[in-house]
Amino acid sequence: MSTLTAPTVPVETQEHYLNSNYGIRSWLLTVDHKRIALLYLASITLFFFLGGFFAVLIRLELLTPQGDMVQSETYNKLFTMHGIIMIIFFLIPAIPAVLGNFLVPMMVGAKDLAFPRINLLSWYIYILGGLISLGSIVVGGVDTGWTFYTPYSSTYSNSYVIAAGLGIFVAGFSSILTGLNFIVTIHKMRAPGLTWFRLPLFIWAHYATALIQILATPVLAITIVLLALERGFHIGIFDPNLGGDPVLFQHLFWFYSHPAVYIMILPGMGIISELISCFSRKYVFGYHFIAFSSLGIAVLGFLVWGHHLFVSGQSAYAGLIFSVLSFLVAIPSAIKVFNWTATLYKGSISYQAPMLYAFGFIGLFAIGGLTGLFLAALGLDVHLHDTYFVVAHFHYIMVGGTVMAYLGGMHFWWPKMTGRMYPEGWARFSALVVFIGFNLTFLPQFILGYLGMPRRYHAYPPEFQVLNVMSTAGASILGVGYLLPMIYFLWSLKYGPLAGPNPWGATGLEWRTASPPPTANFKEVPIVTEEPYEYSIREIKVV
Amino acid sequence: MSVHIVPLKIYFAIFASLMILTTVTVVVAYYDLGPLNTVVALLIAVVKATLVILYFMHVRYSPSLTKLVVAGSFLWLAIMLSITMMDYVSRGW
Amino acid sequence: MSDMHSAAQPSHLTHHFDTVEQQRDSASLGMWVFLAQEVMFFGGMFLAYLIYRSSYPSAFAEGSHHLDVVLGGINTAILIGSSLTMALAVYGAQTGRRGMLVLCLLATMALGLAFLGIKAVEYHHKYVDKLIPGMAFSYPGPNGNHVQLFFGLYFAMTGMHALHMVIGIALLVWLINDARKGRFTPEYHSHIEIFGLYWHFVDIVWIFLFPLLYLIGRHAGTGGAH
Repeated sequence: MSTLTAPTVPVETQEHYLNSNYGIRSWLLTVDHKRIALLYLASITLFFFLGGFFAVLIRLELLTPQGDMVQSETYNKLFTMHGIIMIIFFLIPAIPAVLGNFLVPMMVGAKDLAFPRINLLSWYIYILGGLISLGSIVVGGVDTGWTFYTPYSSTYSNSYVIAAGLGIFVAGFSSILTGLNFIVTIHKMRAPGLTWFRLPLFIWAHYATALIQILATPVLAITIVLLALERGFHIGIFDPNLGGDPVLFQHLFWFYSHPAVYIMILPGMGIISELISCFSRKYVFGYHFIAFSSLGIAVLGFLVWGHHLFVSGQSAYAGLIFSVLSFLVAIPSAIKVFNWTATLYKGSISYQAPMLYAFGFIGLFAIGGLTGLFLAALGLDVHLHDTYFVVAHFHYIMVGGTVMAYLGGMHFWWPKMTGRMYPEGWARFSALVVFIGFNLTFLPQFILGYLGMPRRYHAYPPEFQVLNVMSTAGASILGVGYLLPMIYFLWSLKYGPLAGPNPWGATGLEWRTASPPPTANFKEVPIVTEEPYEYSIREIKVV
Repeated sequence: MSVHIVPLKIYFAIFASLMILTTVTVVVAYYDLGPLNTVVALLIAVVKATLVILYFMHVRYSPSLTKLVVAGSFLWLAIMLSITMMDYVSRGW
Repeated sequence: MSDMHSAAQPSHLTHHFDTVEQQRDSASLGMWVFLAQEVMFFGGMFLAYLIYRSSYPSAFAEGSHHLDVVLGGINTAILIGSSLTMALAVYGAQTGRRGMLVLCLLATMALGLAFLGIKAVEYHHKYVDKLIPGMAFSYPGPNGNHVQLFFGLYFAMTGMHALHMVIGIALLVWLINDARKGRFTPEYHSHIEIFGLYWHFVDIVWIFLFPLLYLIGRHAGTGGAH
């Protein structure tokens, strides 16, 4: 099954996408989706650690009940920048632009995405947006929270709102172009025999994600434009003194930002389907259900944004409807969790690092998702809104979910991308450190929120200190867990054992070509005749 | 995508229709139809847009995927408008 | 890297596509998906318009009366005409008539520039009348703020529309240049077709903007000079 023996032709003499061309121009002007994926990998990693740096400062401040490390205005900037960087510049692009870019063409049997130059353009746009946002930090930062609520952001804040907004606006187009590329590629470039229901669930997940990127992101863009017009020209659109409604901003903002959380989680779910089946040696139970539930999440996710507005002044009747719809959107996610569990049942399970991350995902995503239901209940949300309960909820999904899936995916496809295996012992240890550190960081925050500690405050009543100290301790452990893979992944590039084309014995077209793959991905166009996930434990199809 | 070539006279017919509809919408605007003014104006706009989409943009001769994308985008706009309006309409209840 | 194309494949077929049909279909689908996001982009402003017009109907009617229906109507006709010329340009490309293609692209560009010229005149009138929010906006009467909302949306929506026209005209320069060099043939003119889709979309936005901004409550007021 797993082969770590050297391939018959030494990797050094094979031509593949990494050695086909040298020099900085060959990277900065590449149109190869695999190289572009690595360009994204480098940049999102940088942003991840920058966002993490702001998190460190936040957690340090929260070690003591007094607001004694930074002033409150500064603290406002810290959590704002943490949110903007982590959401816009890490979570939204990470899986689609790194793993998606690398794998989508390969998984459909194509030589590249439909629009390779637009793919490169999307990276440059991302970098431009990132530089503008970094610039807004350097000149003084923005303190409105990543949610930019009016009228504070439009009228009263003295920070660099428009600059930060511009950075996000620009980065949004990177997301739109990535989604556009994926949709056209998946529709038009599948290999012969690759029907929709033979596609890996990773592709279904990215397709659903791309739909959201196309339909939701432009609304964020226009919202930022309107915010800038309001801030610059006082047209009154969000100003109650001039007849405007600040809640309109919230409607427009969350119309994007709620579907955005599905942009962040769906690709992770796609990874989990791949990992669970490979490391159970078993077909994915309920393939069609998982495929359709991805689309279901994408569609339903557009109908629930008002659950962020329960206490904003939105009508109670609208709140009622949004509450019911929010309960409904949990269903397709639950379907996935049940199907993954059923896949594990009577599988032949092995516990390599990717699988450890997958297990972590399922448990932590379940907690995060269930606590979302708490928040979707109108009455409960009145008490929990703007408390640490919300913070814990979304970190369980974003970090316990998406980041775990991302790390699992990076470990799983690392041999494919680099031709090298990472050290398994260190990887399992890191996964454990991440899991422990994560739970120690965020589980106390559920309790803090339930007890009433508000979010976005840098001071708190002394009785909350113990839980806050636990949380900060957890964060430092979590940080170690994130640093370790950086180190051993880099180490493996030079010293890791060579991985063959398919070290995991996984199904999927990407494993039928060399590691690292040649620039054109395949020597010959693959022709697909099998159903997906034809592992040793196969689905028993009744005629 | 089809390589169907739309005959010139169809283009001119659509152009003429669009001009006529534009004239109609301006003229009707000066008559008091109460709340119907807005309805009529929007209906005419929808008809004009439909003509442009079907003939100038060739959607009439395009594969169903194209039609799905067109329908989907307007459906999504309708979702955004109607659900948001639901809040505003019900605030006073 | 193996060569997957036979020598008979045309030169405009890019390396990652297998057939010209696939390349053309992909370009078309790509533009349609882009237009879908454009619908949502403009849609955000239509949402704001919908909410404020239903909240302040008389102020919006008042604001609308200050717009020039004649200029707006002429502009509508100009844009519809430019959609015709664009469709004819595509026809020219499809049938291999290079002269017709270039002429119609030039006509489209000229009409687009005329549209922008008239908009500039209108904007100038509003500037003189102090009806541009943020630029010494001044409107007497109790409705002043709500009328300012109308004009804020007017400038935001027509401004964003005009920006899309400017981008379109810039792209036209490039396309006309390529067309004159004979780059487009009946077998390969994707760029013309997908640009046409973009141009028609911009026309459609105006088809909605015109009645929604210029024709509110016209039966009550006068024809509205500047």
